[in-house]
Amino acid sequence: MSAVTGLSFRDSGKLGLLLLISPLLLWLSLFILLPHVDLVMISLRERVAAREYAFSWSNYTAFFTEPLYWRTFMRTAVMSILATALTLLIAFPVAFYIAKMVRGRFKALLFVLCLIPFWVSELVRTYGWMILLRETGIFSGLLQWLGWVDQPVEMLYNDVAIMVGLVYTSMLFMVVPLVTTLEGLDDSLIEAAYDLGGSHFRVIWDVVIPHAMPGIVSGCIVVFMLTLGNYLTPTLLGGKDSLWFTEQIYTQFITRFNWEQGSAFGMLLLILSSFIVWAGLKLSRQSFTRVMT
Amino acid sequence: MIPSIPSSRYFRGIYATYVVLFFVYLILPLAVVAVFSFNDSLFPSLPWNGGTLDWFLGESEPRLGIFHDDELLGSIGVSFWVALGVTLLSLSLATCNAFLFERHDFAGKGFLYMLMLTPLVIPGVILGVSILIFSSSIANGLEDNYGLEIEWLRPGLPLVILGQFAFITTIATLVISARLRRFDHSLEEAALNLGASRLAVVRTITLPYLRPAIIGAGIVTFLMSFENFNTTLMLVGSDAPLTIAMFDRLREGSTPVLNAVSVLLMVGSAILGLISLFVQKPRDE
Repeated sequence: MSAVTGLSFRDSGKLGLLLLISPLLLWLSLFILLPHVDLVMISLRERVAAREYAFSWSNYTAFFTEPLYWRTFMRTAVMSILATALTLLIAFPVAFYIAKMVRGRFKALLFVLCLIPFWVSELVRTYGWMILLRETGIFSGLLQWLGWVDQPVEMLYNDVAIMVGLVYTSMLFMVVPLVTTLEGLDDSLIEAAYDLGGSHFRVIWDVVIPHAMPGIVSGCIVVFMLTLGNYLTPTLLGGKDSLWFTEQIYTQFITRFNWEQGSAFGMLLLILSSFIVWAGLKLSRQSFTRVMT
Repeated sequence: MIPSIPSSRYFRGIYATYVVLFFVYLILPLAVVAVFSFNDSLFPSLPWNGGTLDWFLGESEPRLGIFHDDELLGSIGVSFWVALGVTLLSLSLATCNAFLFERHDFAGKGFLYMLMLTPLVIPGVILGVSILIFSSSIANGLEDNYGLEIEWLRPGLPLVILGQFAFITTIATLVISARLRRFDHSLEEAALNLGASRLAVVRTITLPYLRPAIIGAGIVTFLMSFENFNTTLMLVGSDAPLTIAMFDRLREGSTPVLNAVSVLLMVGSAILGLISLFVQKPRDE
């Protein structure tokens, strides 16, 4: 194979390679690498006079000395981990159902049905949850109609509402990789495990989950990343006290125009998300390239 | 567990119910948004006052429908042009990337491939601010040293397009690469043997083969750009794309005109989604 293709495109010359690689390098350096280098540089400086800056760690020390900042940071991290775990728990049985329990057209239909909500903007989905949860909303109205409560209940603007919205928004990114990996699991392996006397729990734990690991890891990484970086859902469903770290970044950059502090916050969030991605890959012994593609 | 393993009816019933509930949960928020766009009330909430088409067709305040709401219509236009720009840029670069990674071997390929994937794990807000400060640094540098005032390096639509392009390209690259990987090389070789030039081969054989993937990637790119919020929020200037305009209205509290916009968005996305499913349905494999 390689000998034959060697005749055609594999060695279409140094020029072809150069022509193809330069746009890639330009894109990566101008839009990904240099902006982040700049982010680091700005986060490490301090304004000493008008338009004059000096090297300083002060933006990072401010983060550790101001409890609001690091508490918001930790809260965002913990809630993102929780949201990821919940998404996995809710999505796994559904993914298994689609991958193994149904066949043919019905299976394709269920799979597409999972995708549909995510063709629609996150803003619209969050808006839907606002209509459901608000004081004059559907759930409140339903509870009153059932006679379980006698006055409107406000279900918006609390942590549970944020969590519901985050899990909802993340669902697709968990279901799709899970279905894809679970489909690759041969039914006969599950049958063999039962024939050998495995209980439901043992079969799931020793056969199904190890097989689905690449899907679990890639789903969790993407969901965690999206949750951590989410701005819309916490702001709209959590209201003023949602305390999400991306809001701190937004406030520093846009409201207070303190780009130095905002850059430091951005770096901290980036370090946290990279660390979690790295830890997830290490724990599950997966490679970044394989998980992401 | 699986159909070939006997399990109690009780278990199967519970399992099926769970899956049904899951789908109800998926559809519920979208359904209420759609239903309340027809509610004859100034607020998108209960009580239900009967149906109306005012939120689509209403001509004056306070019942200004989407088809007469110039601000929202304008923002739809802005989003459209931004998405078109992002789509064209991303598809061009993604096609190059796909050829590069699928057809060439070179030193550092694995590393570059990994780098190409990193935008997937950079939170959108951070990508937005890093591009914001980098472009401002360049603009400030040019202004201080050469007295050049370059408007498009300041927050505004060109920067929004570039910011979205920065990460959407990765997704387009993955879609197009996946199809190029399955390409049968003998078709190209036959054409080469018959005396076609390399460029002619790419144009008449490889690109037509890639067309479904390019169209599919184009639709995904367009939608991702149209619906992007995080990166756009950081780079937006005075012209607001639809998501930003809707977000501002949502925070102020708005009439059900937002539900009407949402319905239009759903219909638009559904049509594009169906087209992409149809186009990518493999007829030749």
